[in-house]
Amino acid sequence: MHYSGLRLLREALTGNRGWKPAWRDPVPRREYDVIIIGGGGHGLATAYYLAKVHGITNVAVVERGPIGLGNTGRNTTIVRSNYLLPQNHNFFEWSLKLWEGLEQDINFNAMVSQRGVLNLFHNEGGRNAAARRGNAMRLDGIDAELLDREQVRAMCPLVDVDNGRFPVMGALLQRRGGTARHDAVAWGFARAADARGVDIIQHCEVLGIDVVDGRVRGVQTSRGPIRANKIGLAVAGNTSRLAQMAGVDVPIESHVLQAFVSEAVKPLVDQVITFGAGHFYVSQSDKGGLVFGGGLDGWNTYAQRGNLPVVDHVWAAGIALIPALSRLRGLRQWGGVMDMSFDGSPIISTTPVAGLYMTAGWCYGGFKATPGSGWCHAWTIANDAPHKLNEAHRLDRFRTGHLLDERGNGPFPWLQ
Amino acid sequence: MIRIACPFCGLRDETEFAYRGDATVSRPPADAPIEDFHDYVYRRANPRGWHVEWWHHAGGCRQFLKVVRHTMTHAVHSVGLASSTQVVPPE
Repeated sequence: MHYSGLRLLREALTGNRGWKPAWRDPVPRREYDVIIIGGGGHGLATAYYLAKVHGITNVAVVERGPIGLGNTGRNTTIVRSNYLLPQNHNFFEWSLKLWEGLEQDINFNAMVSQRGVLNLFHNEGGRNAAARRGNAMRLDGIDAELLDREQVRAMCPLVDVDNGRFPVMGALLQRRGGTARHDAVAWGFARAADARGVDIIQHCEVLGIDVVDGRVRGVQTSRGPIRANKIGLAVAGNTSRLAQMAGVDVPIESHVLQAFVSEAVKPLVDQVITFGAGHFYVSQSDKGGLVFGGGLDGWNTYAQRGNLPVVDHVWAAGIALIPALSRLRGLRQWGGVMDMSFDGSPIISTTPVAGLYMTAGWCYGGFKATPGSGWCHAWTIANDAPHKLNEAHRLDRFRTGHLLDERGNGPFPWLQ
Repeated sequence: MIRIACPFCGLRDETEFAYRGDATVSRPPADAPIEDFHDYVYRRANPRGWHVEWWHHAGGCRQFLKVVRHTMTHAVHSVGLASSTQVVPPE
């Protein structure tokens, strides 16, 4: 069923009796060409691009719970491509271009809003780093603008530009960055993949991965065994556990990142603003709530909840940036479990086990990568080799020394 | 709030400590093969369950402590000196 304004009108006039479920609820078959483990944005996007770009439609997406309730439902919905390293910004730029055409492509309103992303800086060193990053982006044709203090003041009147401790010197602005509606991304990809023949199997937990002679042969699930010669992992937060089922160790630790929503108010924050002096970023949803977050709690955890010291820190940093926030009440707070890789960059790769692939290690930045990750993961699965965009994001870079150390923090996952 | 019973200072909040990661890995000898160094730097079990880890009491006695903590419940089972060998309880 094609969604359109005309369809909406027709259904409104006929009592909304014509709507059908957006995707089927199939019984798992005994065998598929490809099984994708993980029904979040990345897994569903992988299945969609396998079907659309590579013509591989005999695909199952298996998900332990309902789709989109992991990190796809737990992020702060920011899309951008303002990275320093060419391997990273070229990948994320491809993802941003997919975002720009996504809604027409999957016929679903993902509410992509290119409202601009500002990274504030507060000292000379920060300005030099921002200028360097912006120049690196522009060399590859990605939009970046360096704003001075007065331009920030004009654009973001509520930001405390003259803060006594951390005065704002300026910002690196990416106008094409912005936000998207996270749930709609999962639902839209699920519906579009389903329409091309992909089976989306919910409430189906993977209990084991069968490996024979160094090749994957299928998975054991709570709904019985399913055979496949190619398996893709898209299980951020649990990549270590799933990869270990196939005997693969990954350089990843699981950490919790918290996010928050305030009560709904009239338009207050027009862009996505990140505070360079503290760990804080904020945007406003179309419903009116401010959506914001900070840094990791900082210790290994698989629990999807955080602790109060970080809650305290995030609110304090937010009020330092925008003093008006002190008058707002918090509405909700939650935690998501991140795959923190050892160099802060993702892994979209083949693995030492033939037929096993993964998109993993997304650290804080998984949501913006959703279409690009799915596109590159699908390419890697279909061709048994990485695309040019993700050949640097290989799993064995930690053995060969070709790290993508975006922040220069060293091999400490909790600092990335 | 995780609370850690420092053997030197008593029960203290997590905000006094700096987390320093998995305490089960140890540096290989200088002439060990490169694979051992890869595993030392990058290979982690990342368990969902009991985890043996370093916490540096940076805001207190500045000692490195070895803590056995659960990564789902955040419960702290035991806190010991850096040199101690602690029992990891069954799941």
